[in-house]
Amino acid sequence: MANISIRSAVKAYGPLEVLHGVSVDARDGEFMVLVGPSGCGKSTLLRMIAGLESITDGEIEIGGRVVNELEPKERDIAMVFQSYALYPHMTVRDNMAFALKLARRSREDIEREVNRAADILDLSQLLDRFPRQLSGGQRQRVAMGRAIVRNPAVFLFDEPLSNLDAKLRVQMRGEIKALHQRLGATMIYVTHDQMEAMTMADRIVVMRAGRIEQVGTPLDIYDHPANSFVAGFIGSPSMNLIDGVVRSTDQGLVLDTPHGTTWPLPANATVLAGAKIQLGIRPEHVLLDTAGVEAEAILVEPTGAETHVQMRVGGQTLTGVFRDRPAIAAGARFRVRPDTARAHVFDCDSGNRIPARS
Amino acid sequence: MTIAQETAKVPSRSAARRRNRLDIREGRTAFFFLLPSLIGVILFLVLPIIASVVLSFTNWKLLGQPAFVGFANYVRLFTVDPQFWPVLRNTLFFTAEYLVLNLVISLGLAVWISSLKVGQKWFRVIFFLPTFTPGIAVAIVWMLIFAPGGFFDFLMGALSIHMPSVLTDQNLAMQAVVVVSLWAGVGYNTVLFNAALDMVPANYLEAARIDGATAWDRFWKIRLPLISPTLFFGTVMTAITSLQVFDQIYVLTRGGPGSATATLGYAIYQKGFQNFQMGYASAIAWVMFALIMALTAFQFWMQRKWVHYDN
Repeated sequence: MANISIRSAVKAYGPLEVLHGVSVDARDGEFMVLVGPSGCGKSTLLRMIAGLESITDGEIEIGGRVVNELEPKERDIAMVFQSYALYPHMTVRDNMAFALKLARRSREDIEREVNRAADILDLSQLLDRFPRQLSGGQRQRVAMGRAIVRNPAVFLFDEPLSNLDAKLRVQMRGEIKALHQRLGATMIYVTHDQMEAMTMADRIVVMRAGRIEQVGTPLDIYDHPANSFVAGFIGSPSMNLIDGVVRSTDQGLVLDTPHGTTWPLPANATVLAGAKIQLGIRPEHVLLDTAGVEAEAILVEPTGAETHVQMRVGGQTLTGVFRDRPAIAAGARFRVRPDTARAHVFDCDSGNRIPARS
Repeated sequence: MTIAQETAKVPSRSAARRRNRLDIREGRTAFFFLLPSLIGVILFLVLPIIASVVLSFTNWKLLGQPAFVGFANYVRLFTVDPQFWPVLRNTLFFTAEYLVLNLVISLGLAVWISSLKVGQKWFRVIFFLPTFTPGIAVAIVWMLIFAPGGFFDFLMGALSIHMPSVLTDQNLAMQAVVVVSLWAGVGYNTVLFNAALDMVPANYLEAARIDGATAWDRFWKIRLPLISPTLFFGTVMTAITSLQVFDQIYVLTRGGPGSATATLGYAIYQKGFQNFQMGYASAIAWVMFALIMALTAFQFWMQRKWVHYDN
């Protein structure tokens, strides 16, 4: 086990800089998820930790040792690839034993380690099969087994579930989490799926365009997004973001939108009248209220546990999530208001969160 | 059967008939489109093959009527002809040496080219150039180099290395044939193997790096097994062409000195077009065919142990 410290890491391909001085620490035994849209640099950062990409500037430390110049094999890491990268000409047993054979471990040692990993991942019956004879989920487990046998200080996962179907993805999500709890090793996991990030991470690192936008626990990031990008990226369906200008009324501050609608603002919002802001409302914090703003349902999607309603409010499309199965059909008119106590306020220009009065 | 079933069956039967007619019409059109190449294949491939089988059982001497002699040509080949076994030995010797050297050199060049950061395309073109240069022209140029008093002798003299003239020496003549064949034949396999190496997915090699594999390990344990289908193809094709070697020998040595470089391909030419023993030459051709088939079958049998098709 080991902690990882990334200090001002820069990655450039010629004149093109793709990571702009990223700094973040992963604690010993932590499950840290790097999440962000495609091209944000999360996989590049993971590959820099692995030693598969050189570090243009800055430092990466694993277990108190700067690894910038070390070969991947010297970094005490193991990596699970998106495509699994199982050697197709080797059996499951040989795939798992490959690293140990290269390290010239004894035959008994190799057998013991392979059997231990196979037991953990329920692969014992598959050891003599070739990768082509395995299902997607089994290949995924073999890829993890190949990582486990080496007993590394750090596990790196590069979008390992993206090739699996939805049901298997949920199952494997649980298995990886259980594996982390069992091994207690430091794990860095890259995904573009915010649901994976929320359900698996001890801490999430949200990235955009080669920079870190926010680091925090899943609920912290969900409840207190640092800016409108994080607010929109984390959470499904996405947070509703409504642009407008603050106006002071007898009932308190309100937001006037260019579409002619008026929304109440949180009582503890620290904004002044005339300020241009974005009001952020999570879909589940959109409430039905006869005294609210008029909305027209565009699309109603019942998921069973809850009902997702896309609605047009003024000229803007918003999403509401309701748990009590409201009798709303497409085309229906109704009124909504935000749960102001749980609404978010962002600066319109910088996109940064405007903290509320405590 | 109900009326509904009857009426349902009528259109399906007529539809099947219509489909049948369409198939026949399409088949006829396809046949006419294929006819030009079909005539070519029959005239220049199928008929000569059948003719050579028939001829191998006759004593046809190009002029005059062929007479059926049964297996006499084959019997003579294996029991009487003093030249056959040396020719067969030369052929196998050339094949073994050329095959091994060709594979090693072309694989080495392919690995070297794929490791280059710049100029990969240029080197591919350069090494491939001899492949589409006419073999006879290549052999003539090399003959001028290796001829007594030629450039090679001049070079050896300049370096104060005393060696007999290559083309007239019993041992060196075959080596000259091998060198010329390599010069002409290595490029094809180089480009073939280089393409295969470039196709090996990078993540296997990255996974191996993380697993602790050195560049040497990655080559022997990952890259080589993953390009094994291409290696196998290259091996089979090179073996077949080397068993048929003729051009270089015809130009460089005419099978000499003595019969030091006479191979099966050259022996067919010699017996057929110099001695006019067409029946006997046909028998040698079929022995050569059997040899190629046997070697190829052996290679296919062996591939189970080293070729992986799972990439």
